[in-house]
Amino acid sequence: MRALVWIIEDTWEATVAEAAAFLPSDADVTLLHVASTEAETVAGAARRGLLGRHQPPRAAPALREISEQAAHELLAEAQTRLGRPARLEARRGRVEHVVVAAAAPMDILVLARDGDRERLGPRSLGPTARFVVDHAPCCVLLIWPDVAPALTTIPPPPAPGAPQPRPSAL
Amino acid sequence: MTNGLALALALVVLAATLGVAVARPPYLSEALAAVAGAVLLVTVGAIGLSEAGDALRALGPTVGFLAAMLLIADGCRREGLFDAMGAVMARGSQGSPQRLLAFVFVIAAAITAVLSLDATIVLLTPVVFATAAQMRTSAKPHVYACAHLANSASLLLPVSNLTNLLAFHASKLSFLRFAALMVLPTLAAVGVEWVVFRRFFAVDLRRPRRAGTRPARPKLPRFAVAVLALTLAGFALSSVLGIQPVWFATAGAAAMTIPSLYRRAATPGQLARAAEPGFLIFVLGLGVIVQAASGNGLDTAVRAALPTGGSLPALLAIAALSAIFANLVNNLPATLMLVPVAAAAGPGPVLATLIGVNVGPNLTYVGSLATLLWRRVLHAEETDVELGEFLRLGALTVPAGLVAATVILWLALKA
Repeated sequence: MRALVWIIEDTWEATVAEAAAFLPSDADVTLLHVASTEAETVAGAARRGLLGRHQPPRAAPALREISEQAAHELLAEAQTRLGRPARLEARRGRVEHVVVAAAAPMDILVLARDGDRERLGPRSLGPTARFVVDHAPCCVLLIWPDVAPALTTIPPPPAPGAPQPRPSAL
Repeated sequence: MTNGLALALALVVLAATLGVAVARPPYLSEALAAVAGAVLLVTVGAIGLSEAGDALRALGPTVGFLAAMLLIADGCRREGLFDAMGAVMARGSQGSPQRLLAFVFVIAAAITAVLSLDATIVLLTPVVFATAAQMRTSAKPHVYACAHLANSASLLLPVSNLTNLLAFHASKLSFLRFAALMVLPTLAAVGVEWVVFRRFFAVDLRRPRRAGTRPARPKLPRFAVAVLALTLAGFALSSVLGIQPVWFATAGAAAMTIPSLYRRAATPGQLARAAEPGFLIFVLGLGVIVQAASGNGLDTAVRAALPTGGSLPALLAIAALSAIFANLVNNLPATLMLVPVAAAAGPGPVLATLIGVNVGPNLTYVGSLATLLWRRVLHAEETDVELGEFLRLGALTVPAGLVAATVILWLALKA
């Protein structure tokens, strides 16, 4: 079984722990981190707005290096936590597209909810995870980064005779 | 040469110079383009030699002031001020993205006000990016904050933005009076950014606080901070002492650079590069080119378009027109064209112009529409960014910021 475990900064510990618990011991595991290039692009754009000035100070490391360094550290920590051999993949780009592309040859994709978990509903998946879940070319194991919610979090059915709520648009 | 022909030629040269500055072809620097353009305009008689000399003499002190401020900012970098700011942010935010944003707002606004927007964009932004990476939180809101505050917090002091320096001479205000009139408008513009950012990036900022090792206590470089404080004190006292602020900037730059040379922490070549001679020449060349256009009728057109007087509607119109103009070209040429006309109507219109040309560039992606279109044409590396997000953030902050800052400026002028 080829398994792709996509980790993000906020929830990687829970994702890796669940992957270790659920994936069979002979699974061929790849840990994936995708660095968004958006912040780098914004910083670059602001620099270009400074017309006529273009001397980057030598001492400052490029943003790309900082981002790659952080990704490698995160992946190394995640592998230690996983406790078994895994391929480490650090990629860059538009996160949701890169994750879906990386999942193409896989049998299962493990990821965590990245949205607002205080109000359970469609928004408990952020736009990135929403896209990945919708377009994943394999089956998906969607984990709760913290404790899974109790059944009591489901609102009670409306009382008989109460006005029907309108179907809400996403 | 007739005025109309000279004006047309000057505008073509201006467009070509700005085009070179935006496109940055490897074989032609923008400084060379600006000088060649200015020389061409003098040669064909679109601007007289003495008139060009006057323009250079008028810009000289401003460009010297700019060079001194660039050297001071570079000295602060060498002494570790920006790394110390990173440590302050990391320690103070205690793993919370919301607290980090608050620290970025305060520090980016302060660095912009004191060391200019260049320092925030070139020197502070990488530090903010690294701090977010180290905290393992999304860098996006914080980098956007640097980009926006570099513009909207650059209203405060004459040294915060080159546009202010250019207008400072023309406004005939003292350093302290300038700052006193602009402090509340700056706070208003930054306040608008804060309110919009908190809502716009709510999802990124709601991420849980992460406990981690407490970062080391930051070591503030005392020497650099002392030089900065003394330079600012000199600026504040300049009118009382009867000494031009540029001399305090020069003294600050000397204090910041000479010991480094002595300690061999910096070479003369590095210091010369830090003063960005190419940029200084570009500004001088641009000044002559704009003067050629103004002298042949552009100033009449600007005078006709720009409302005069210090009434609130007039100031709002001036700020809005300046913002539009800064977005059409770039705020540097916009300031060179608008300020001489606004200055004739008193300090109020000059400061309203500055609100427009400083806050306005947040509206477009890279400071001006021309740059934006060029990048799009090139299909440069921005293809993966959500351009719409940048423009939406600008549309939410800029009109509100312009109005808030201008209304408060109007009140400050009346007080």
